[in-house]
Amino acid sequence: MGRLFALTMAAAALLGLALPGAGAAGAAQAEARNELVIGITQFPSTLHPNIDSMVAKSYVLGMAQRPFTAYDQDWQLACFLCTGLPTFENGRAVREPLPEGVEGHGERDGVALTYTIQPGATWGDGTPVSTDDVLFTYEVGKHPDSGISNAELYRRILGIDAIDEKTFVVHADRITFDYNGLGDFRVLPAHLERAIFEADPSTYRNRTRFNTDPTNPGLWFGPYRVSEVVSGSHIALEANPTWWGTPPHFRRIVVKVVENTAALEANLLSGAIDMIAGELGLTLDQALAFEQRHGDQFRVHYQPGLLYEHIEVNLDNPILADLRVRKALMLGLDREAMSQQLFQGRQPVADTKVSPLDWVYDDDVTKYHEDLAAAAALLDGAGWSDIRNGIRHNAAGEPLQLELMTTAGNRTRELVEQVLQSQWRRLGIDVRIRNEPARVFFGQTLDERRFTGLAMFAWSSMPEHVPRTILHSEEIPTAANNWAGQNYAGYVNPEVDQLIDAIEIELDRDKREAMWHRLQEIYAEELPGLPLYFRADAHIWPKWLDGIRPTGHMFPSTLWVEQWGAGTG
Amino acid sequence: MLRYLGQRLLEAAVVLLAMSFLIYLLLGLMPGDPIDLLASGDPNITSADLARLKAVYGLDRPLLERYGHWLRGALAGDFGYSRLYALPVTELMAPRLGNTALLMGLSFVLALLLALPAGVLAAVRQRSWLDYGLNLFAFAGISLPSFWLALLLILLFAVTLGWLPAGGVHAVGDDSLGNRALHLVLPVLTLTLLTIGGVLRFTRGAMLEALRQDYIRTARAKGLGPWGVVVGHALRNAMIPVVTILALNFGSLFSGALIVEQMFAYQGMGKMIYDAILGNDFNLALVGLLFATLLTLLSNLGADVVYAWLDPRISYAD
Repeated sequence: MGRLFALTMAAAALLGLALPGAGAAGAAQAEARNELVIGITQFPSTLHPNIDSMVAKSYVLGMAQRPFTAYDQDWQLACFLCTGLPTFENGRAVREPLPEGVEGHGERDGVALTYTIQPGATWGDGTPVSTDDVLFTYEVGKHPDSGISNAELYRRILGIDAIDEKTFVVHADRITFDYNGLGDFRVLPAHLERAIFEADPSTYRNRTRFNTDPTNPGLWFGPYRVSEVVSGSHIALEANPTWWGTPPHFRRIVVKVVENTAALEANLLSGAIDMIAGELGLTLDQALAFEQRHGDQFRVHYQPGLLYEHIEVNLDNPILADLRVRKALMLGLDREAMSQQLFQGRQPVADTKVSPLDWVYDDDVTKYHEDLAAAAALLDGAGWSDIRNGIRHNAAGEPLQLELMTTAGNRTRELVEQVLQSQWRRLGIDVRIRNEPARVFFGQTLDERRFTGLAMFAWSSMPEHVPRTILHSEEIPTAANNWAGQNYAGYVNPEVDQLIDAIEIELDRDKREAMWHRLQEIYAEELPGLPLYFRADAHIWPKWLDGIRPTGHMFPSTLWVEQWGAGTG
Repeated sequence: MLRYLGQRLLEAAVVLLAMSFLIYLLLGLMPGDPIDLLASGDPNITSADLARLKAVYGLDRPLLERYGHWLRGALAGDFGYSRLYALPVTELMAPRLGNTALLMGLSFVLALLLALPAGVLAAVRQRSWLDYGLNLFAFAGISLPSFWLALLLILLFAVTLGWLPAGGVHAVGDDSLGNRALHLVLPVLTLTLLTIGGVLRFTRGAMLEALRQDYIRTARAKGLGPWGVVVGHALRNAMIPVVTILALNFGSLFSGALIVEQMFAYQGMGKMIYDAILGNDFNLALVGLLFATLLTLLSNLGADVVYAWLDPRISYAD
């Protein structure tokens, strides 16, 4: 699309009408810069904090609400709506036996966690954020028909006791390493939502004020509150007078949705928007092309993150079940050159699924650099030694042929696919490309393990995310378990299962780090997936905008929106 | 005539019913559902959550049962909720319908006002420089990809010249008539340029055919002036095939607006249907597609009525 955009620009110039860019002066100047217009490519399906998980929604809610706990810009768990994290050391986390009737009773302990809500936290209509809101949120979360996306958290909470208006105790059924994080527990305003929920919990997801009355100030307590919602078009937010923290710089922020990225780029150039959010903006190749053409007018920041682009291997395929073939595939690739040439080195090469930015990352794992001789030797050893017409065959005369799939229409992936195909061809591996639309690929082919060989896609993740659903042997989708789980490779390793189980409940950081290192070592050695690279988000900002610090993980940069400001650039 | 209209409307209702079943079936048979898509973007969601959400949204029930449930609701005026926007489908469609009607209506009328006289002129002045010039313009309009033309116009008028907004229905916080009109200029211009070519070529062809007929020679022999012959005799007869094309064009203008709406971030029906299909929003996609079907049926019915007005030999009397 970047090339198309350049071509179109050239056509516009050829028409003889290319005059100095008058549009660039538009919204970018932003009338004394007290308004900021952000362009993104997706409209949130709902603004309800606990229904549906979408990047667009997280981005907007980062400005209008705050989670109890989240990972900060340094990837450490931190309190946002609470005053401090409960820990065993500070006495606000206390082991307690599980009550009778609860699974695990007599076998393990639960934990009581005491949280205090920020004293100044107040809904936009002046009602204080209180423990009543917390109890109501719990009631909604544990109701099976409420449509809450991630109910696991609510299942793990056995009960919540309100101590006073601002302090409450959460009783959880297990002690995990991230025991003091409240993750997806996003507080709801009981004074506005309780009556709607209690009237009919099963239709609450449609009748909630977050959908029917989203500009009600009482729904928001962040630095901004939602002031206008035009479905599919834009969401406007204005500074919230009840915000307890540092007052934000901008009087108003508009999040404008332009789904077509070429049109999004044109909107930026015309001044209709001031910046493009990296969380939901241009693809990397578009951003690189944009930087070449307009790098003097804008700042382009590339933030490597947790999106792990890799190739899933179907281990039921006898060719790929042979570790020597998987290693040969890795050694046949020049991923450094690929990253350099396709992404100008902006997307770091991956060794395992753990990002180098994560504290549990292990730099000492097996690293696969291009080594065609070693790869050929491995393939010879695996029985693929007879080369005919450039393709390897085994003793039975079968060709070394693999199918490679990815999401059709994703230009970057299709480009990478072409490179992979040609690099593996050098080894005598015949790779056949068969792509599918994303909904078919994710909705059926992966879910039901219908891919026969290789499938390229990305896993989203979070800091220190335990890969239970991806690598644990109990998570292999089968017809018998109704295709539940995401271990699409069909990978089984009892040691990995044990490590996953142990990491989840190990509180000692050093011990946990050692286990994480072992897990990465096994991953790099056994290659249940072929690592490619970690995707980077491209943030495009006007030169005058200061203070944005993207995280690279799933918590958006808008959680620190009050630190954004208009500088002198 | 009234009986004919009643019969056609009844047929349209049956077609709509059949289409609703067919579209529901096709949407339901597509791989993946909204919950599957949710899973691919959420590392925390568990298999139990997925099963629970499918039950909550009724996606675990057989397709026919779901269709029956939807149809009963639709007949009672409840078309369900959009999953993409978490709003009732009808509430969501109303403003978009208005936007698209405005966009389509304006570009359609503008295209007719320009293409019909241009087509007639090209036919009357066949093989002149005017004819060649108009043909060139028409072919350019027919062959230009809509997204490219849209992008070109955005770059020219919004980025380079800075005269017009690059997209949207109106500026944030200013939905005045003037601002809305300003935002309509580029999408209307794009759609008009794309529509003119076809209508111009058809009008020219039909006029050339009509001008060769015996009754034209007779009219000339009677001493009628050249424009009297063209307007009074040739044009009216030439309009019958043109009206057929226009009726079909009207339906395709609706879907053709999809790309233009997408490029200009214009909140219309085409974009809404596109988003709904991509986002597995069954209710919204279904109602949007049914509306497109209804529009095509009605425009064809309108064309049949116009035939009778244009040619007295065509009669729908009992």
